[in-house]
Amino acid sequence: MSLDIVVMQAFNGLSLFTVLALMALGLAIVFGLMGVINMAHGELMALGAYTTYLTAQIFERYMPGWLGVYLLVAIVLAFGVTFVFGLALERGFIRFLYNRPLDTMLATWGLSLVLQQAFRSLFGPREVGVPSPRWLSGAWQPTAGISIPLSRLFIIGLTVLVGLALYRLLYRTRWGLRIRAVMQNRAMSGAVGIDTARVDAMTFAIGSGLAGIAGSAFTMLASTGPVTGQQYIVDTFIVVVFGGVESLLGTFISAFMIGQMQSWLEFALTGSMAKATILLCVIVALYFRPAGLFALKVRR
Amino acid sequence: MILSVEDLTVSFDGFCAVDGLALSVEEDELRCVIGPNGAGKTTLLDMICGKTKPSRGSIRFKQHELTDMIEYEVTRVGVGRKFQTPSTYEDLTVLENLEISYPKKRGVIGSLFFVRDAALRDKIDEIAGRIRLTDQLHVKAGSLSHGQKQWLEIGMLLMQDPELLLLDEPVAGMSPRERELTAEMLNAISAGRSTVVIEHDMAFVRMIAHTVTVMHQGKVLAEGSMDEIQRDPRVIEVYLGD
Amino acid sequence: MSAGRAGELGGLLLLAALLAAVPLALDDFRQQLAAKYLCYAFPAVGLVLLWGYGGILSLGQGLYFGMGSYFMAMFLKLEAASQTNTGSALSQFYGSNLPDFMVWNSVEVLPWWWRPFHSLSFTVAAILVIPPLFAFLLAYANFRKRVGGVYFSIITLALAAIASIVIIGQQGYTGGVNGITDFKTFLGVDILSNGVKRVLYFVTVGVLLASVLVGRSLLASRTGKILVAIRDREDRVRFSGYNPATFKAFVFAVAALLASLGGAFFALQEGLASPSLVGIVPSIEMVIYAAVGGRLSLIGTVYGTLLVFSAKTFFSENFPEIWLYLLGTLFILVVMFLPTGLAGLVERVRWPHARTAKTPAAAPASGRPVMSEVEPPVEVRSGRPA
Repeated sequence: MSLDIVVMQAFNGLSLFTVLALMALGLAIVFGLMGVINMAHGELMALGAYTTYLTAQIFERYMPGWLGVYLLVAIVLAFGVTFVFGLALERGFIRFLYNRPLDTMLATWGLSLVLQQAFRSLFGPREVGVPSPRWLSGAWQPTAGISIPLSRLFIIGLTVLVGLALYRLLYRTRWGLRIRAVMQNRAMSGAVGIDTARVDAMTFAIGSGLAGIAGSAFTMLASTGPVTGQQYIVDTFIVVVFGGVESLLGTFISAFMIGQMQSWLEFALTGSMAKATILLCVIVALYFRPAGLFALKVRR
Repeated sequence: MILSVEDLTVSFDGFCAVDGLALSVEEDELRCVIGPNGAGKTTLLDMICGKTKPSRGSIRFKQHELTDMIEYEVTRVGVGRKFQTPSTYEDLTVLENLEISYPKKRGVIGSLFFVRDAALRDKIDEIAGRIRLTDQLHVKAGSLSHGQKQWLEIGMLLMQDPELLLLDEPVAGMSPRERELTAEMLNAISAGRSTVVIEHDMAFVRMIAHTVTVMHQGKVLAEGSMDEIQRDPRVIEVYLGD
Repeated sequence: MSAGRAGELGGLLLLAALLAAVPLALDDFRQQLAAKYLCYAFPAVGLVLLWGYGGILSLGQGLYFGMGSYFMAMFLKLEAASQTNTGSALSQFYGSNLPDFMVWNSVEVLPWWWRPFHSLSFTVAAILVIPPLFAFLLAYANFRKRVGGVYFSIITLALAAIASIVIIGQQGYTGGVNGITDFKTFLGVDILSNGVKRVLYFVTVGVLLASVLVGRSLLASRTGKILVAIRDREDRVRFSGYNPATFKAFVFAVAALLASLGGAFFALQEGLASPSLVGIVPSIEMVIYAAVGGRLSLIGTVYGTLLVFSAKTFFSENFPEIWLYLLGTLFILVVMFLPTGLAGLVERVRWPHARTAKTPAAAPASGRPVMSEVEPPVEVRSGRPA
């Protein structure tokens, strides 16, 4: 196996990793903080993707000269839209289901069905695509055998950026401190005056926003349809659980590992068998280490 | 000597909760364990009953090494635990709560074909009488008062008929009258068993204890009769009881 | 106590009477629809035991439903392929005894794991033994390690997804996305005829009602009480001397068995086993049947299944756009406002002053696989945030 192929496969794995990582980070924040499994998380990603599509449409129609920058605008918009949507969701719906994690799963599944149908009604049942900005078309070719599409490089860069921004938010700001405090000890945080309801709402919104960015990034890789979100939800859960729910770094690493494993397995097996094998491997791994890769040591 | 604890140690994230603890309890003894909050009393019980695994040390109960076992195994060899907050099965009736505590046929198949015979019914009636819940046999445990729930738990323990009884603050939240009644109950039920009781209420401890162990910072500070430890200068310094 | 018992028995008889009346009151087409719906009542009843009383939310019952359907379909397909006059035309054309989809996927030899399904007794044994055995081992392995709550639900979800992916991907061996279909006889009996379908309907009803009875005695037994105790206070139950892992795994296996039965009947009635029965969407839908009917009521769930499915058929045919909105909203409303389902509603109407069955307590806050403090269950009824 030549170095070229190794690098190509590794980059393939990285592309998978990026979308998974962005989705999983969003979910991990919400799950880690509130124990809420949002089965509609995939639909939030789709919302981000559709927002990007709409942005592209608007630019194409009204500002064709500016088409080159639509993507950057779209990413910001995708975050904004899903952030606000997530906020509304948390205040209007999710917060009534705290401490009922199983019920939350079912209720958010219902929500995901509603959203899927809404996408279908608004955008049609067929998948939609977005134009690739000129500055992202083409590929980086360091050697004759390696050709890495610029769009993928962009997404990798975006993911790293988002990861760093998230890190900075959580570990270098007051808001981040509050979020981590509530994550670790809700009762005490409330007792020292942290408005836990606001933290919950903010956190859920951030998690949703991350899904929106993931959706935006996703449009560079593939087209989006009403059921796209559902296709990634199981993988996302698995990534989160495998990484150890309390640890964002764990989620990041877990996404990386799973992305790579899947890419490499696809080399050897068919696409679907690779996916199935990965899921199965992770389930088995969870048996041996139920709390995931990076579980916080908990008081027994 | 029915229970022998040696060099028991456990830490949580760097905090040493119990540190090289040694303790022994005789048959038929009622031992009270007292000490300031954070002394490690509840953790000690947690380790005896299998809820927490120590990092070092040994707990010998009869001929069993309890540190190798998990909760249900420890229960089955004859250790009964009662927790601080009443934990009865709220959705089941008093009768069903007691019945579940019956120490026979604890496997799936056994329970499937379990028949409520006269002997069991008699035992339930007897114990219901002792815990003063005869009239509430068909009431869901969730509807009982706090004090009644504590008694039900004691009743459940009686059904289990353990040789070693571990009680964690059995009178927390009770009125003085309820405390008296509970002290009577405890004195009666600890006959023929060994009992370890964690408590803060000194008056209550005086009513029931044979011997008292004082814990502090994960170790045993002093041991003896109630009078002895109340006069012990180390105890006075560390733990100003009543 | 005995008044309640008589009431329950009455409810069962009423259901039996209604189901028996269906072939008399409705035309063949609708009767066959009812038969199809009733196949899904099996996993729903299983979920009442598993979820309502056991507190374990399985989002992957489609896996076991699929096992039952596929095992039965494999038997029927092999029967079809080996027959010269009712077998598949394509197989005849190629002069092969292989199922048609294998032929056109260039599979040359029948895989070894297909072979035993030539035998009816093996097939029946497979349907009754493999799913519960697999389920028990899976569940026990997890529950032993105290993996529960949301984590376990995700695992069940992932397994259903895996099964669906594998089935679709291996189309040479499984019929792929179209599934296994195009079989017409069962031991020589034409399963497409209305007469046989009517008999099959009664058999399905009979087995379903028997399952309800068995489920009821399970709940009334000591095992049932222990299950409820585990659901509400798993840690406490350990201190009563029970190993919760075995009980939870047991009820999980029972639910798997019921789902498998439903799947087998489905294959017989609809002449089809396909991955659309197996994945996450159908699996989660099974939960709604139990939720609407009442997750604490075995009988209510049968009604719930019939109701939801009737609505599904009606709306999918007439207002297809609305159906998903409806289903999604149903999930949300039932979970938030009607946790005990229609059965709970009926009870509240019939006995407004009685203390109604407490809705099952929430799982410990995060469902993390960590020993939690023995803590009181959270009252779920009002949906107030804790």
